[in-house]
Formats: sequence, C-alpha cells, structure tokens
Amino acid sequence: MEPVLVVRGIAKTFQGEGESCPALTGVTFDVAPREIVCIMGPSGCGKSTLLRIILGLEHSDAGSIQGVSGSGERGASAAMVFQEHALFPWLSVRDNIIYGLRLAAQEVPEAEIEHRVTELLSLTHLGTFAGSPPHQLSGGMKQRAAVARALAVKPSILLMDEPFSALDTFTRRELEDEILRIRKEFATTILMVTHNPEEAVYVADRILILSERPGVVSVIIPVGLPHPRNPADPEFIRIREQVTRLVQGRPDQEG
Amino acid sequence: MAKGLAVIVALLVAWQVAAVIINNNYILPTLGEIADVLLHPTEPLLGGQSLLANARVSLKEVLTGFLIAAALAIPLGLLIGWSSEIRAYLNPAIQMLRPIPPIAWMPFAIAWFGIGIDSILFIITLGAFFPLLINTVGGVQGVRIRWIEVAEMFHATSFEKLRTVILPGALPGIWTGLRISFAIAWMCVVAAEMLPGTTAGLGFLIMYAYNLGQLNVIGAGMVVIGIIGLGADILFQAGQQRFFGWQGRD
Repeated sequence: MEPVLVVRGIAKTFQGEGESCPALTGVTFDVAPREIVCIMGPSGCGKSTLLRIILGLEHSDAGSIQGVSGSGERGASAAMVFQEHALFPWLSVRDNIIYGLRLAAQEVPEAEIEHRVTELLSLTHLGTFAGSPPHQLSGGMKQRAAVARALAVKPSILLMDEPFSALDTFTRRELEDEILRIRKEFATTILMVTHNPEEAVYVADRILILSERPGVVSVIIPVGLPHPRNPADPEFIRIREQVTRLVQGRPDQEG
Repeated sequence: MAKGLAVIVALLVAWQVAAVIINNNYILPTLGEIADVLLHPTEPLLGGQSLLANARVSLKEVLTGFLIAAALAIPLGLLIGWSSEIRAYLNPAIQMLRPIPPIAWMPFAIAWFGIGIDSILFIITLGAFFPLLINTVGGVQGVRIRWIEVAEMFHATSFEKLRTVILPGALPGIWTGLRISFAIAWMCVVAAEMLPGTTAGLGFLIMYAYNLGQLNVIGAGMVVIGIIGLGADILFQAGQQRFFGWQGRD
C-alpha cells in the first residue's frame, strides 16, 4: 500500500545567538496507512521539531515531506494533538471540536459538521460535556477533546506530541486503549512522539529511535505483538528494555 | 460586602460628627444638608439645571468620549500587539505621551476645538485612550502561541486567526482596559467641566456651587460621581465573571 507519509532527508538547524544548533539531519522514514508509529529518543533530539515540520508549523532546511500539507498548502491532511491540550478556553467542548471545520479552508457543510461532532463526542465519551467549557474537564477528558478536535477534519495522519505525558498512569492507559480503538474504527494513521517506552510498545506497530542531537533515525523496531498487548508478557518486556537501552544510547548491552 | 459597608458607614459617621462640631456649612456641610440635595435630584439647583440633569450631561459626555477612545484604541492595540514591527515604531511615542495628564492638554484643546463640548470630549478621549491601548496590547501579547498554532494547523487565514483566536484571547485584557478607561474618563469629565466655558455637568455644578459657597451641593455632586463610578465598576466586574470566567483556569 502507498505510504500515507513519506519523510525524506529532513534536516533542521536552529540559529541561536552567534551559534547554530543542528536539531535534525537526514531523517527518513515512511508511515503506512492505519499504522501507529512512535518516535522516541533522548530529550532535545528534535522529536517535536520533526512533528512541527510535518505539520507545517516550521520549515525544514533540507529534505521533503510528501503525503501531507507540510508546505502550507490548503487541506486537512495532518492534525496534531499537543502535549498540553491547547483547547480554546472561551469555547465549549463542542465548539472546540468543530473549530477546524468552521474555518474557510475546510469547507465542510453544516449538516456534515453536525454529523461529525456527534460521532466524535460519542467516540470520545464527551457527550455529556459538550456544552461545558474546557476548564471543567479532567486532564484526560481535555486530551480526549483535543484528539476529537484533531480528528474532526479527517486528517490523513494524526500527529501526537507526548499527548499523555501529563496524565496519571491509569488515565494514560485508558487513552492509549482509546487511541487503538480510534485507529480500529476510523482507520486513522498515527505518528506519536513519546518518552515512555511502555507506551510505545503498548500502542506502536513500529518504534523509531532518533539519536541524540542532531537527531537522525538510528533504528526502527517493529512491534509484532497482537493487540491487546500485555505489559507483563516476556516479549513485551524484552522489546521495552531494548527500546529503553536504545533511547539511552547503549544498544549493545543485552539484558 | 458587609465589611466594605461598615467602613463607608464609619466614614459617614466621622463626617457627620466633624460637621456638627465645626458647625459651619462653608467648611463642612452636615450629611443632612447634602442628603437634602440628593433627595431632590430633579429640582433645579442654584438657578440652573437639576442634579440629575447635570449628571446626565456628564454621563453622556463620558460615554461619547469613551466610545471614541475604544474605537481608536482597540484596533490600534490589536495591531501593536500583533506586529512587533509596528510596536517598535509606536511604543516609544506612546510611552512618552501616556504619563501626560489629560488635563494638561486643555489649553491646546481649547485652542484647537474652542471652548465647549468638543474640548471636553477631546480630554475624555485622551484620558480613556491610553489605558485601553496598553491593556489591549497586553491582552494580545497574552494570547498563547499554542492557540495560534492550532489555528495555523487548520490553515486559518490571517483574518480568521484574528477573529477566532487573537480577539477572543485578548478580550479579557481589553475588558480590563475598558474598566480602567471608564474610571479615568469619568475623572476627566469632572475636571474638564470645571474649566471656564462649560454650562452643565457635574464638574460645572461643583465649580459653580463653589463660587456660591454651597458646599452641600458640592458634596452631593461628589456622591453622585462616586455612585456612578461604583455602579460602572460593578457592571464591568460582573461582565468579567460572566464572560471571562475561563481566564487563568485552562
């Protein structure tokens, strides 16, 4: 199948005061339809920058991104869930979800907006909170609303930047399950940055490890375990430990 | 509320005690003498208009100047807050003009607009303009980058960004600016009306009563000014809670 996202040789250097700081060099990978790919790597390896480049919020110095509107052209091919929910506090949950649909770029007819918001509210179990302002929601609910807002425009790929890192363990697992359910029901393709190895092994089909600054894809680990995955399973643990070692930059020490 | 009321009552009692002891209504009129004016707000005062009519004149002037200031300061504030380029050009001039008391412009106002309503409106507008401008700029700068990025991610146009993110995000700051500006406009009107050439308004009434030695009328005028100012502030605060309850809670 044609990949949904083709990333080729992405490089990015930040210009500081007098010094330049390379963040990414030659990052290359594909994401297939309905695939969940997790990006991991040490802090400051450019994971978030990579997502922002794919989304079009930042420009790369070199390389190309195909399959999404990374270069700022119109359309709804990528949408992001940020680390902090970034919901508009002056809008209700419902109005936050349809925010993107109301913009001219999306050109979605009103009846279709109705249909989608109803579907998304039920998918994310936020129906009873549709009219509430975001500050009345729990952390997990806010993040679910942010997921619904991103999904509303039917993006070809859903980008997530450490979306659950501020949540407690139980809420986090709940949302990870929800992501898997959304993928199943919506056939969503997901590219997710996380710093939690267990989360990556729990949801991902493949895990991309970026090396330290400048970030480059050092290894791609396929996770072949069937869903639902059991974190206590020996194979799960083995992959989790392998990922942890790779992120810490010590790939050779076999446990 | 009860605590605030207790202080007001204590001040009134102190006033009354002092007035009775001094026993000279050219220095300190009693509460009864002031209340006598307040309780007959529609009766002509000192051969001129009634208390209410004068208050109405002042309020109308304030609202007009306040609206002119809002129409100028809010768009300009949005622009300055949005563009660092424009800010670099305008900020030094604004910071230099801002501390000049509006009343200091009165001679120029009279020279440019003549004696009368236009000069008064100029002073009110000037007084209300700067606090509203500064707060609008602050409101725009308080809009989170993340919110703007969400709009960009959905390919919002510049105008859509302004309409759906920057304006609503800056509105709490703008509202605070309106509140401060109204209070300042209210001070300006009274001061401006005290200048020669005016024939009505609370400031005029106070000055006129001073010339006639009617301190109880001055006291009544001051009470009306205070009550209108307090009322406006309560309205603005209620609006703040009603519309911007989300502020700082996301």
